[in-house]
Amino acid sequence: MYRYDEQDHKLIRERVAQFRGQTERYLAGELSEEEFLPLRLQNGLYVQRLAPMLRIAVPYGLMNSTQVRRLAHITRKYDKGYAHFTTRQNVQLNWPNLEDVPDILAELAEVEMHAVQTSGNCIRNTTTDQFAGVAGDELVDPRPYCELIRQWSTFHPEFAFLPRKFKIAVCGTEEDRAAIRAHDIGVQIVKNDQGETGFQVFVGGGLGRTPILGVAIRDFLPETHLLSYLEAIVRVYNQLGRRDNKFKARIKILVKAMGPEEFARRVEAEWEQIKDGADELTVEAIQWAKRFFPEQPYKSFKAGHGEAVLRDQAGGDKAFARWLERNTFPHRVEGYQAVTLSTKPTGIPPGDVTDRQLEAIADLADEFSFGEVRVTHEQNVVLADVEQEKLFELWQVARKHGFATPNIGTLTDMICCPGGDYCSLANAKSIPVAEAIQRKFDDLDYLYDLGDLDLNISGCMNACGHHHIGHIGILGVDKKGEEFYQVQLGGSANQDASLGKVLGPSFSRDEMPATIGKILDVFVENRQPEEFFIDTYNRIGLQPFKERVYAKAS
Amino acid sequence: MPKPAEKSTVKKPVGAQPENPAQLIVDGKVADNQWNLLPLTGEEEITADKLAAGKIILPASVWLALREALQDRQQEIGVWLDSDETADLIGEYASELPLIAAHFPAFTDGRGFTAARLLRERYGFTGEMRAVGNFIRDQLTYLTRCGFNAFAFQGDQPLSGLTESLRDFSDSYQAAVDQPLPIHRRRALA
Repeated sequence: MYRYDEQDHKLIRERVAQFRGQTERYLAGELSEEEFLPLRLQNGLYVQRLAPMLRIAVPYGLMNSTQVRRLAHITRKYDKGYAHFTTRQNVQLNWPNLEDVPDILAELAEVEMHAVQTSGNCIRNTTTDQFAGVAGDELVDPRPYCELIRQWSTFHPEFAFLPRKFKIAVCGTEEDRAAIRAHDIGVQIVKNDQGETGFQVFVGGGLGRTPILGVAIRDFLPETHLLSYLEAIVRVYNQLGRRDNKFKARIKILVKAMGPEEFARRVEAEWEQIKDGADELTVEAIQWAKRFFPEQPYKSFKAGHGEAVLRDQAGGDKAFARWLERNTFPHRVEGYQAVTLSTKPTGIPPGDVTDRQLEAIADLADEFSFGEVRVTHEQNVVLADVEQEKLFELWQVARKHGFATPNIGTLTDMICCPGGDYCSLANAKSIPVAEAIQRKFDDLDYLYDLGDLDLNISGCMNACGHHHIGHIGILGVDKKGEEFYQVQLGGSANQDASLGKVLGPSFSRDEMPATIGKILDVFVENRQPEEFFIDTYNRIGLQPFKERVYAKAS
Repeated sequence: MPKPAEKSTVKKPVGAQPENPAQLIVDGKVADNQWNLLPLTGEEEITADKLAAGKIILPASVWLALREALQDRQQEIGVWLDSDETADLIGEYASELPLIAAHFPAFTDGRGFTAARLLRERYGFTGEMRAVGNFIRDQLTYLTRCGFNAFAFQGDQPLSGLTESLRDFSDSYQAAVDQPLPIHRRRALA
């Protein structure tokens, strides 16, 4: 993975010193609330319902075990002994003291971490596929490009006060596991007829209260022009994006108002001016970035040997077999598999882990996966390079620490925002809804029979829980001061991305588990063999679900 | 009977106009303000012969209308851009100007950062690039990187302490006005 050199260290240290000074001025009353606000946001610090909240950057979701141990230490020393994984592959602390934040940032800087631009109207953490570098369907490893984007966007002097937040995702595989069309810019790695690497560039996607899927404004951008093209897009946006209304300030509104063709024309015109300038990536710069993501020192295994061992072990242990089926992912190298540690056992807020669990993750990474850990946008943790022969051993340890709930990709592996329990923007709580659904559907055989199913919950229309792109999406709404929940069906985050449609009038929290039950019944009754929920929905449409859910009791 | 006024190309004032403080920071030092900034009034038409003597910073739309008439005063006529006016409004004329100011109606309005960079990097502006309006000291590093070298802070804060914030960072990742090579090029050379 990427390692800081002296320049990175210096920049991050100087940033900590700068923020320490700003915090001191704020506490001394020399910096107004209004002026401190964007400064603290760009250092990851929100002030939320109960306490400040610190969002720590995990660039494209990748950490080493030293960093994970440092996070454990920080949660113990400065917080309540737990942390939360977010849908931007970041880590959040829910209870730090404002006065302690400069010290926390200093501790992070020592292990090459920071909280820069994890919030505020600037370019945020770039995200990608959690299986980058190990997926069999990968064209090119996206991580070197993500790192180049991280460096280009960090402390970008021109783009620190954009009209609104700005999110970029990169995908290097055919199956989109990074939801790139739900981003302000989505970068899809492609190859042209000559076998050269380049990018298809999508722009103007986003969730929130106006969900829109990004549109392609360029089908093939040569790889050396990545940063100049991003610069051209953000420059057009910075000049022309709306600043009069915060709800109309995202780039998606500009692209829609102007029309994607006109927006693309302006980007191309700007890019023509700068494409051969200093921002053009040299071949050496790309090679330099790639050096940080080399092939791991894999052992060589006989073909089929690992599978045979696993078949044997799974045959004798149904629980292991279930875990193997749901929580592991094929690896491009013979004898290896990727493992997803579930942070979603019933009764725990999705994405929450304790300090001890963080240390257990670090230990597992050291023992089984070259000391590296990835955070997924589904708020789980991936160990990407595990020998098949060691999966059984890993599973036993993971089980002890509460990470082996075999529910990855199923109904109970929900994406869920912190909601009204923590967040001051929320209209409704989301965690108790997630828990009630997990409790109702705790029969693993039933969950497996349902198959792959994304259920996403947001506590308000800012959509941090990505409810628009869940196969089943739940949105918390406020009706005359009471919490209600709207249900949407048919969203999808993959390469056939789509936005869910609203089922009908909203439900009270108590009604939610039964409502989900009715939706699942319609699916089970109508499904054809091998169909997942989204396939059946796409075939039969919204109506049958609507009829069942809103049927009058006879 | 007065003639009906011709449709004016001069911009109507939107929101608060930039102040013109007596002192400012230029090239890292506190200096006296030599220039008189004319705000947009939206009232009477400004004409070249009615302009006072001395150094004047004109609203961009006024300057565009008077540019020809002010040819012989080139060294004492500067221009200020409002935040909704882009650098290409001045364009190639930038190289003739001794001073351009960019107005920040709010410090969270970041359009002036792009305007300054384009004036310096694309339009060859080498004069004084001045920030006016509601920017804050915590933005000095980024403003400098984008090509500003003069900072006319509003309100009454002692200027001498603010210059410290010019040195918050000693290096950078991206190319900008102060550093033509991004870090990826410098590392590749190392």
